[in-house]
Amino acid sequence: MAALFSSLHRCCQRLALLRVARQLSSSSSVSRPPLHRRLLRFLTQRFYDVEELLEWSVRMKKEGIQKKNAYYGFTEQFYGSDIAAGHFVLNMRGGFRYTGQTDWFRANQRGKFNWDFLTYKDTPLEEVDMSYTVINYRGLDNLVGQQSLKTLSLRGCPEVDDWFLGRLHVFQNCLEELDISHCPQITTGGLAALRNLK
Amino acid sequence: MSAWRRLHVVVWKAPGLLASRRVTEQLTWPRGHLALCQSLSTGRPLRNDFIKDLEAQLAAMRKKAADALPGSSWSPFEINPNLPPERADIVIVGGGVIGWSIAYWLKEKERVPKGVKVIVVEKDPTYSKASTVLSVGGIRQQFSLPENIQLSLASAQFMRNINVHLGVLNEDPVDLQFNHSGYLFLASEDVAHIMEENYKTQSSLGAKVSLLSPAQLKEKFPWVNTDDVALASYGLENEGWFDPWTLLNAFKRKAISMGVIQCFGEVTDFKYTVNVLKSPDGEFLGCRRIKSVKVQMPNSLEYQPVQCAIVVNAAGAFSAKLTEMLGIGSGPKGSISDIPLPVEPRKRFVYVVHCPDGPGLDSPMLIDYSGIYFRREGLGGNYIAGASPVEAEEPDTSNLEVDHQFFEDKVWPSLAHRVPAFENLKVTGAWAGYYDYNTLDQNGIIGVHPLITNMYFATGFSGHGLQHSPAVGRAVAELILDGNFTTLDLQEFGFTRILDKEPMLERNIV
Repeated sequence: MAALFSSLHRCCQRLALLRVARQLSSSSSVSRPPLHRRLLRFLTQRFYDVEELLEWSVRMKKEGIQKKNAYYGFTEQFYGSDIAAGHFVLNMRGGFRYTGQTDWFRANQRGKFNWDFLTYKDTPLEEVDMSYTVINYRGLDNLVGQQSLKTLSLRGCPEVDDWFLGRLHVFQNCLEELDISHCPQITTGGLAALRNLK
Repeated sequence: MSAWRRLHVVVWKAPGLLASRRVTEQLTWPRGHLALCQSLSTGRPLRNDFIKDLEAQLAAMRKKAADALPGSSWSPFEINPNLPPERADIVIVGGGVIGWSIAYWLKEKERVPKGVKVIVVEKDPTYSKASTVLSVGGIRQQFSLPENIQLSLASAQFMRNINVHLGVLNEDPVDLQFNHSGYLFLASEDVAHIMEENYKTQSSLGAKVSLLSPAQLKEKFPWVNTDDVALASYGLENEGWFDPWTLLNAFKRKAISMGVIQCFGEVTDFKYTVNVLKSPDGEFLGCRRIKSVKVQMPNSLEYQPVQCAIVVNAAGAFSAKLTEMLGIGSGPKGSISDIPLPVEPRKRFVYVVHCPDGPGLDSPMLIDYSGIYFRREGLGGNYIAGASPVEAEEPDTSNLEVDHQFFEDKVWPSLAHRVPAFENLKVTGAWAGYYDYNTLDQNGIIGVHPLITNMYFATGFSGHGLQHSPAVGRAVAELILDGNFTTLDLQEFGFTRILDKEPMLERNIV
């Protein structure tokens, strides 16, 4: 009995010592680090999970852009390729003008637009303004059929690269003005492709 | 303070020396004094060193004790860390762009994480003789065989989305420096019909090519001499040239990040079993199955046998050496094993010329029906030109020395005739590289040899390997992992045509 009590007493002493030691080894001001620091320490011990998470987020971002640039097959089926192109431009927050019309159709800051453009059937687009949108090579599928496109503005588009410029040869007979200023991904290799435009 | 103490010790320890030096001491007082101190100091600093040494020695003793206990990774033999592992699933022989493309696609298509263990074995870490890095780096869709056109289209699509495929987290994006200048083929009267047929095939498969008459050609490219040109074919999209080293490194970086093991060494031998079968014709066929690959370290006799399930032959110009090791090409006359792999190295020269009045920034890669070609290099008026030599005048392949006379005799006259501005140019440099030339029909060999059960070939592209590499890599990965071609049907590139001796030639104008 006495031995049991003495061993228990020794146990308690050791626990008290451990607790004191832990308190001394950790920061002296607070007993436990704050939540954000504990979270960071947790993450640093799980390298591969964090790497997977980051890769996933990058991939989701890229897939989001590709989804936005998808081919508007449904709209084309019901309304024809010109209205499909117009719908695409408006959804990307760009603006366009029909041939023979003077007013522009544009989406506002929040992405809402007027559905009046549906009334103009089979009118090809003459001017398209896609500045500061995320149009890319895949999105050009929607605009390829517009053979009377005169002005195309791609100012400040982050996804417009040399391959996009290489595909612009489809407009070689009609395009008169092309604005590719402030596009970060264009290099001299892409400018060589512009020789196909007259 | 310690210096003074050192001096005191010096004086006490070396009385004899001081006596003899007293005469010279006054003359060489500052420098000589210091030199004497440093060489004979035995005071305080030595005691400090001893204590530091004791700690290091105790640490070494502790480490030795830990190593001696079971569970440590110490071994008495020093193992060369550059040796490949003892076992692998797939060994890819050849670390060029085809080899690394196959490695990347194998890892991309594996359905289980870490499903296949892939090793890429490359003979030369400097890539000094590899065809990939010495290549001019062009890609075109203007072929006559539909398979070649589809391979080029698929590879161009891959390169368009290269950062989606080969982008690694937290690393720089891949910049291939792709110049979208297109290829311009010029045909004379007698080969114009071939060009028209090719144009039809190319358009039907989706390649954007346009045919130009001499007048249109002159209007588009005023610097071309259109005297004897009947028809021209100009690629509008997905054609141009890029940097092969960047593509190779992009594949390598991504494949290594996915777990492919790189090994520098030469494959010198195979261990294989032979299973003798009797064909319906009564012929005895020895079907070889490779059990292990002997990889020898560069500049050393050290080697490691790597047990493997599948070997991929992507060795380029030197692929025939591997099949010789397996006895293909040295069988009884008339049998299948007598037909060697028809791939051999052929040397091609590339000349860098400087011409300030040349075609300019929008000049495409021009290929003339006489066999010469040139393209712009950079923005400073430099051009790269070359020509394919005639069969009878193939240069010697034992080295990569450049024959400048070839330029003077064969390339320059035709070049100056085609582009008058090139009459006054200056050759600023040249290099030579090997084609992995398929002597039968100059098209790639993709598939399994009937006599070697587990060796997949992806070689013999004769100058088109680089531009087809992404699509070929995917095709071979499909063959290995899915058992058959799924996206592009490249059955025509198999061994059947080699063994039947039926060439599948490209009907080009050159």
